[in-house]
Amino acid sequence: MAHFDPNAKPFSHKWLNERLGVDTLKRVLSTEYWIPKNINFLWAMGMVLAATFGVLLISGIFLLMYYVPTTKEAFDSVNYTIMSQVGYGWLWRHVHAVAASVVFLIIYIHMLTGIYYGSYKRGRELIWISGMLLFVAFSAEAFSGYMLPWGQMSYWAGMVITNLFSLGSLNLNGLVEWIRGDYVPGQAFLGRFFMLHVVLIPLFIIGLIVLHFGTLRLPHVNNQDGEEFDFEAEAEKWKAGKRKESKVIPFNPVFLSKDVFVMGIYFIFFFYLVFYHFEFAMDPVNFDPANGLKTPPHIYPEWYFLWSYEILRPFSKNIGLIAFGFAQVIFFLLPFLDRSPNVAPANRRGIFKIWFWLLVIDMVGLTILGKLPPVGTWTIVGTVFADVFIALWIALPFVTKMEKPVGGK
Amino acid sequence: MKDLKILAVVVFFTLVTYWGVEPFAHSQMHKHVEGHNFTYPDIKASGLKGDPAKGKAAIAACTSCHGIKSQGIKAPMDAMAASAAYGVNPPDLSNVGALFDTKYLIAFLQNPAHAAKAKKMAMPAGMAGTAQGAADIVAYLKSIAPKELSAKEAFVTACGRCHANRYGKWTQIGDVPKTKGNIKTGNDVELTKFKMNVAKYQDKLADYMGKLPPDLSIIARARSEHYLKTFVEDPQAVLPGTAMPRVGLTKEGFEKVDAYLESTGDPSKPLREKTGPWVLGYFVIFTLLAYGWYKSQWKGLGH
Repeated sequence: MAHFDPNAKPFSHKWLNERLGVDTLKRVLSTEYWIPKNINFLWAMGMVLAATFGVLLISGIFLLMYYVPTTKEAFDSVNYTIMSQVGYGWLWRHVHAVAASVVFLIIYIHMLTGIYYGSYKRGRELIWISGMLLFVAFSAEAFSGYMLPWGQMSYWAGMVITNLFSLGSLNLNGLVEWIRGDYVPGQAFLGRFFMLHVVLIPLFIIGLIVLHFGTLRLPHVNNQDGEEFDFEAEAEKWKAGKRKESKVIPFNPVFLSKDVFVMGIYFIFFFYLVFYHFEFAMDPVNFDPANGLKTPPHIYPEWYFLWSYEILRPFSKNIGLIAFGFAQVIFFLLPFLDRSPNVAPANRRGIFKIWFWLLVIDMVGLTILGKLPPVGTWTIVGTVFADVFIALWIALPFVTKMEKPVGGK
Repeated sequence: MKDLKILAVVVFFTLVTYWGVEPFAHSQMHKHVEGHNFTYPDIKASGLKGDPAKGKAAIAACTSCHGIKSQGIKAPMDAMAASAAYGVNPPDLSNVGALFDTKYLIAFLQNPAHAAKAKKMAMPAGMAGTAQGAADIVAYLKSIAPKELSAKEAFVTACGRCHANRYGKWTQIGDVPKTKGNIKTGNDVELTKFKMNVAKYQDKLADYMGKLPPDLSIIARARSEHYLKTFVEDPQAVLPGTAMPRVGLTKEGFEKVDAYLESTGDPSKPLREKTGPWVLGYFVIFTLLAYGWYKSQWKGLGH
């Protein structure tokens, strides 16, 4: 057994250090966790996401105190009790709703940053995969949360999405009923999505966040030029006081100081939305109580699901489902579909540069088209954009295989 | 500088996406209806000058169904009996002159269903006799109209006999009464009786209208201001085939009703507008301090 000083005062630094290794923890997790110096504000998106998840967790806990998960009372517990009877209940609800929407904006920026700078290449595959698992978990969390106010869009989106599990012509209606616990969304449906939203999925998310941080540690964070260098040698330079020459900075306080500044700007934007521009995150249709006898004229998911919804929609039932399934898993495979060993920003990677910007434009296009009524020209344009999405991913291995090696800087 | 360039690219794609899924998508989903600011251009002004005294003399034609509480005239039937007889409770006329358009009321008295653009109306046409008779009655109703009307009174007169507002504790037959339950049994017989009456009234109303008109508690969040305005002004123009009649509110009358709907549908608005600047101010100061910290930490890093 280790040596324990009998004279150490309980909870003194020495006492804690002998039992918990606080100095080692601090060194490993913060003051000697080395981050490249050559980065821009996009490198702060991870901490912005962590902060937004914190906001969602805290606001969610407050909402949970008053939310009633029954089909009879859910709507009024949100729209009456929380919005008008609970002090500042409206604030927590608007914060929760806006954060749930904005978190996806930041996730997409974070993902596209990873793709642009090649931060999923050899050694960093697990960072990418654990990140994609987080994306799936956040999607499930968002969908289950959307059911809870039990408005018209909750009900009908729940109907449409659970219907997908009949898997087209396989007609697995029994599976759909099993998921719903009923023939149509009802009390059983609301109860289980409530459980998923407040317990099971958040547990997964917290575990995945830990995993995501863990996967970063050995391969280290990428930098703006994809430059590979010896982190230990650079860390020695920093410790020797050669702060200017060293290519790394410690996580705390140097990297963190920039993160906190970026977070400040983000929170100005975030609370501007919360107070003055929250409608985009709270669809008016969902302020009509759920009514199984009245289908809304337009059913659409929240904006962050629109691109994959639009890949499902323009095709016939079965092909649409296959395309939809393709869109859901293909991002996971990115580290293996990209055959080029180059770790460099997309703009130095030849055709990949075009591939990247086409992907961005295509996904923005799909997102917009996903909300437009599927009539006339929009259907044709939607089909083209969906085809382009699939074609881009099929082309990726070939495009990257041909890519010439990119020299250092 | 590079950070700012990157930020510009991020902001650009974010704004394009926002524009596409919000303003543009909604413009494609809902046809735009241009309102007429409650001027009712399809109804021609009669040019007749009404005489309130003559109107008062002729008011018996109205009070066989309607009450005028402010003049001490009780309705011949209560809400329950009236709904059983007509399908809907006829409105009390005390505040009518303060809310509805003169031109519209004159046209309505001559032919209610036509003026309201409704398929059917419990009120028969021609109750006021001639056009001059209608103008006289309207002049009388205007003469007894209160100068000041609360938002809730406006809602009750214009909407409240068909639409409930549960967040405002309003039912089609009146305010939910304050009752005392029996503490030993947990029952509240008075309230249960009231609820039964509401249910009976709603059944009759649903038969009369084809469906139960929606509760308006939170309609201010479920529909845009523009939608409510154009829909109330001319329901058929916005939702063809709807059972909702054109009620003929003046612009000021609608604003009163709208204020009530906002007070029950978006009650946090005043506090929200008061709190916003403080929270934003806090984060501006936070960001300035964070910027100072960032600059001090990154000083001399050769970056």
